Amino acid sequence: MAEERIKPIVMPKWGLSMREGKITAWLKPLGSRVAVGDAILEVETDKIASAVEAGSAGTLRRIIGQPDAIYPVKALIGVLAEDDVADADVDAFVSGYTTPAAEMDDEEAGPGYQFTETPAGPLRFAKRGEGGEVVVLVHGFGGDLDNWLFNIDALATEATVYALDLPGHGQSSKSVAEPSLKGLSRALIDFMDKLSITDAHLVGHSMGGAVVARATLDAPQRVKSLTLISSAGLGQDINRGYVEGFVTSTSRRDLKPVLEQLFDDPSLVNRQFVEDVLKYKRLDGVQQALSTLSAALFPNGQQADVLAGELANAGKPALVIWGANDRVIPAKHAGALGEAAKAEVIKEAGHMVQMEKAGKVNDLVLAHIRS
Amino acid sequence: MARKISFKQAINEALDLEMRRDPSVIVLGEDTAGGAGAAGERDAWGGPLGVTKGLYPKHGDRVMDTPLSESAYIGAAIGAAACGMRPVAELMFLDFMGVCFDQILNQAAKFKYMFGGKATTPVVIRAMVGAGFRAAAQHSQMLTPIFTHVPGLKVVCPSNAYDAKGLLIQSIRDDDPVIFCEHKNLYNLETEVPAESYAIPFAEAYVAREGKDVTIVGYGLMVHRALEAANKLAKNGIEAEVIDLRTLSPIDLDTVIESVESTGRLVAVDEANPRCSIAADIVASVTEKAFGALKAAPQMVTAPHTPVPFSPVLEDLYIPSADAIVGAVSKTRKPAMAA
Repeated sequence: MAEERIKPIVMPKWGLSMREGKITAWLKPLGSRVAVGDAILEVETDKIASAVEAGSAGTLRRIIGQPDAIYPVKALIGVLAEDDVADADVDAFVSGYTTPAAEMDDEEAGPGYQFTETPAGPLRFAKRGEGGEVVVLVHGFGGDLDNWLFNIDALATEATVYALDLPGHGQSSKSVAEPSLKGLSRALIDFMDKLSITDAHLVGHSMGGAVVARATLDAPQRVKSLTLISSAGLGQDINRGYVEGFVTSTSRRDLKPVLEQLFDDPSLVNRQFVEDVLKYKRLDGVQQALSTLSAALFPNGQQADVLAGELANAGKPALVIWGANDRVIPAKHAGALGEAAKAEVIKEAGHMVQMEKAGKVNDLVLAHIRS
Repeated sequence: MARKISFKQAINEALDLEMRRDPSVIVLGEDTAGGAGAAGERDAWGGPLGVTKGLYPKHGDRVMDTPLSESAYIGAAIGAAACGMRPVAELMFLDFMGVCFDQILNQAAKFKYMFGGKATTPVVIRAMVGAGFRAAAQHSQMLTPIFTHVPGLKVVCPSNAYDAKGLLIQSIRDDDPVIFCEHKNLYNLETEVPAESYAIPFAEAYVAREGKDVTIVGYGLMVHRALEAANKLAKNGIEAEVIDLRTLSPIDLDTVIESVESTGRLVAVDEANPRCSIAADIVASVTEKAFGALKAAPQMVTAPHTPVPFSPVLEDLYIPSADAIVGAVSKTRKPAMAA
């Protein structure tokens, strides 16, 4: 009976390829009270550094994971329990805990990344979950499906979730046949056609938001709802320095300060994150794709396609999420759809709000899909 | 698509991709095809360690077996480059440079300058370097310092498969003569490598490990020794920053200086012999440019001033070890006045 009141804190799984993580710091002292959503510790993986939020409330009764030590995903690193749970019961829980084997998890989940041929070339994607509702996640300029690292599994608990690499990005084809918003939107619809997705809840981040908006206007019958996160397409303003810096930087030294603008907390940009972006940028064709796209979408330091007006009249259930401290596209764009959308601006978050405040963003998106 | 392939497969892939993209890229050297034109199995060798295996069936006459004369075929490659081709010549062992060094030093390195910019020499000379193979004194040297000394030459020495592919592609696309050094003991080391083509810029060092207590700089096999040393040091609470130079000429000193400005301590590791080594070069430049940041005398960890021994026991002692690097780091933690 007491076990239900003992809540394990485990090494989380962020994204498809994570196998282990390193604890960098505990943010809550032993014996402190933890509420749902509190950041309790910081973890660094080979992709990113971030905070782990508490999924339950309780008192932090055990700190098992040590700073600078590496633990496999789902390993027990701490225990939350109510104050009146006996120490002996907590100890019994700890000694009885076994880390679920990673292999079993992989077999259940199926292959991580997959590829499919489309008119736009081969596109990489990930698919998780088996729910009746279908969600498609579309990343932004220079990003890839791993931008949804902290979202894909949470959303997959209630829906079938697809995340794709747009043409010119990630591990998809690097030649962008139609480097325009219409072209990318067409690629998205073709992707849905190929995977027999009749209609779906589209979720887009940054440039991906503009792509999703364009797709909603071009093929409304394919869209059940839309969620626009820190989205392009809702106003003219965009941080020209960021876009140009991203396109032109070829070294770690030049790129790091550019990437730091993406987050409210720049320390999240670790060496591996910068290296992953550099590895992508070096691939043949990427420089060309990024220059052409940015010239088409953000000429003269402004957004060329503002779709807010048309979108507001499109009649689709719309959710808009922004980080209050977005330094790439200003948070004031969140109000662009007026009454036609539910808008949420989250504090202490920057442009990558779906990573910095993943818990909150996941809750908002799930609620939107359910309604 | 990224998947794990070995250092030598990465080199093969780089050659194949560039040959497909650019018809002026040719490969030549002793047994690079191996048995081409003779009766029996085609493409029998693909180089002494199989690095170029599979290229002859795909690219035919653009993969050439040459006579046993380095000065002849290295000279031919350099001449072909000056006339518009992009040859990738294999010197097999960098130790063999002696017989063709005039071609490299006085011809390839000088053409651009002496012809007032009217000639370019986009040749890549690939060669195996390094000890640990029980190949003895004439097949195990790390002669990188001799080439970095020469203006007009570029010198590249990757430490892993990902860098090897990207740097070889960059070398082939570069219009200057490049000495591309492949550590024979790294050939089977596997890393995640994208299937697509990509080019890594020269003069961009890679920070293989971040740390605040000491900067360890190396290249090739020594990067792996440095990382081993860093793991040992971490157990004693010392966090080392390990920098992989990747290219030796042009060299990225800025990354090294930036790191030393933060750690204050420098250990330069080099498999070459100590006199005029890359380690000496780095220590001198950093001391000159960032003296104020140094909290202790910089240390050099190199091979001894001897040829590479044939005795396996002695050869293993010859190559700088992780423990030797740890020892050097300890020296940087003693007060500056102490010996």
